[in-house]
Amino acid sequence: MTHYLIRNARILGGDPQDIRIADGLIAEIGAGLEARDGEQELAADGLIALPGLVDLHTHLREPGREDAETVYTGTRAAAKGGFTAVHAMANTFPVADTAGVVEQVWRLGRESGYCDVQPIGAVTVGLEGKKLAELGAMADSAAQVRVFSDDGKCVDDAVIMRRALEYVKAFGGVVAQHAQEPRLTEGAQMNEGVVSGELGLAGWPAVAEESIIARDVLLAAHVGSRLHVCHLSTAGSVEIIRWAKSKGWDVTAEVTPHHLLLTDELVRSYDAVYKVNPPLRTEADVLALREALADGTIDIVATDHAPHPAEDKQCEWSAAAMGMVGLETALSVVQSAMVDTGLMGWAEVAERMSAKPAAISGIPGHGRPVSVGEPANLVLFDAQYRGQVNPDSFATRSRNTPYRGLDLSGRVVATFLRGEAKVLDGELV
Amino acid sequence: MKRHLISTADLTREDALLILDTAEQMAQVSARSVKKLPTLRGRTVVNLFFEDSTRTRTSFEVAEKRLSADVVNFSAKGSSVSKGESLKDTALTLQAMGADAVVIRHSASGAPKLLADSDWLHGSVVNAGDGTHEHPTQALLDAFTMRRHLNPGVGHDLAGRRVTIVGDVLHSRVARSNVHLLHTLGAEVTLVAPPTLMPFGVETWPCQASYDLDAALTKADAVMMLRVQRERMNAAFFPTQREYTRRYGLDVRRLGLLPDHAIVMHPGPMVRGMEIESTIADSDRAVIVEQVANGVSVRMAVLYLLLGGSEPAITTTSETHANEELSK
Repeated sequence: MTHYLIRNARILGGDPQDIRIADGLIAEIGAGLEARDGEQELAADGLIALPGLVDLHTHLREPGREDAETVYTGTRAAAKGGFTAVHAMANTFPVADTAGVVEQVWRLGRESGYCDVQPIGAVTVGLEGKKLAELGAMADSAAQVRVFSDDGKCVDDAVIMRRALEYVKAFGGVVAQHAQEPRLTEGAQMNEGVVSGELGLAGWPAVAEESIIARDVLLAAHVGSRLHVCHLSTAGSVEIIRWAKSKGWDVTAEVTPHHLLLTDELVRSYDAVYKVNPPLRTEADVLALREALADGTIDIVATDHAPHPAEDKQCEWSAAAMGMVGLETALSVVQSAMVDTGLMGWAEVAERMSAKPAAISGIPGHGRPVSVGEPANLVLFDAQYRGQVNPDSFATRSRNTPYRGLDLSGRVVATFLRGEAKVLDGELV
Repeated sequence: MKRHLISTADLTREDALLILDTAEQMAQVSARSVKKLPTLRGRTVVNLFFEDSTRTRTSFEVAEKRLSADVVNFSAKGSSVSKGESLKDTALTLQAMGADAVVIRHSASGAPKLLADSDWLHGSVVNAGDGTHEHPTQALLDAFTMRRHLNPGVGHDLAGRRVTIVGDVLHSRVARSNVHLLHTLGAEVTLVAPPTLMPFGVETWPCQASYDLDAALTKADAVMMLRVQRERMNAAFFPTQREYTRRYGLDVRRLGLLPDHAIVMHPGPMVRGMEIESTIADSDRAVIVEQVANGVSVRMAVLYLLLGGSEPAITTTSETHANEELSK
């Protein structure tokens, strides 16, 4: 195993220090450390060192849609984005609603070797919202599932949602809800607002998200369980989460990078690369989400990385698949939206993109501080870099990024997983 | 003029007047015994209809044939599209066949813009109605009809004229296109619909919005009734057909509220008895049949201008006769 001595890295954006990595651990931190025999030295002048990022919301598409992504290609993309662990959503084919499927995904993750893969189990059988999946069997499996979600669909039946919230308490689980009232969003194509009215596209109203979140925080409080809300997209949702937290309820929430940067005005192009669920909202929503992430109302950033092949996006808007890839651009987008705007520092970025998501899922060995004795899960980031996004260089199998050709801040230079370099000089090792 | 006609919002006042004025020339052709110009001889126009629309497709086809274009009708039904071929592959096929213009009708809002913005086709794209987005040639023929009745004359616009558009505005591509175009031409538009059929954000549109039809009729120079699809009733947009007709149908009493000079319009097909009383639809106040005739002239003008017509479509009487002879 190669040992590394990283020179002059700025841990969480602080003063330059050397970081020694040996035997999978952070062995030493200090100024002017002496190199040892066999150690590979890396110049990291000006680079920011962050704990390896943890994504609580990734679609790896395997099994079933390997033309869009596989665990192998998805984890390579994750490593290029600075992630050392991702949580694979359950809406695969077959659905990850049994111990067998979650163990398959978990095993594929181990074999990929680029980052850890923690499967998320479906809440209900086949994501149909009618019958609880075998949550306990998935929890007891080799994959040790703790996060359960029907993401892509909402658990809209209040009784099923209540039972799920209650049931997962037995093994410390958490239900991650895709908040979307189905009747209010039938045929919905984009955010309901001025732009949808002009474009003649069926609207996805904010209240369809907010009404489910309001119901669920009350349910979670009633049964004393943990609720995690996926991809918040509206200012109203922020207010409900803020209120729930003020009550002391055990509720957490995530926001995607794209909801921190992009608005529904982009849909005017009818370019389906901007079609995503929940949809891109208004400038006012974006500003509210940024503020909420900065003040901690929103706990984490999660990518909702949703790869789709070209034919599923290069078509009529209403026929196009929803979702966008996000692993490889997440940190740059967060820098552009949150750091460059002065809303957050790098310590907060580490909290929202590593420590907190790891804590919500309970995944071991991740989200730890960059400190001596901790697992060497580490990312080195060049925040000074400015450049256009070029999807042709992506490791993900799909190219459905809304950032093609856009100038974004920052670049992941290196990613270490348990002391092994997975990315060096921006390229996969 | 731009290369494509996707939205009336893309048209400047000068563009719009050029089309209307050119359509006046085209109307002269339609009045002749030989209704044909050689203008688009050798050019191929494809009518790409992914959605049934006999009226619009026929109108375009007549317009294209009067301009001597080679016309290809590509209907989605029974074609490779129904076997799963994508819009992209269809477009690439048409490009390979040398289409100079594609007239596209599609149930998906934005499909014509997708074609126009892509590099799949090199020819002009004409939006013949996309989803609930726009139907620009319908708006142009409506404006043409209004101008003839309310402010006739080449170069004239519709400044100060008041137009009331009534019905299912939410799902109406006709309403959207008309709002943009009539505003560009200086008219004052009032949309009237039940709140459930009024688009979100309509207050930002360049028009007025009202739920009160009676109030909107008293000052209207033209009233345009929109089609209400029967399936809307099942989706709870309004309680019953009877209630809709009482509140938003055009009956004889309401006709009496209109100024004497006001015209009654409908893009068709009409639901008689629900949207409009049959006697009104057939009365001399209604210009519904004229709208159909004008549609051909306007579509001729659009195709002529998009496909490179920079000179007046008809210049002198002698040339006209020469053209007629040529086309025989």
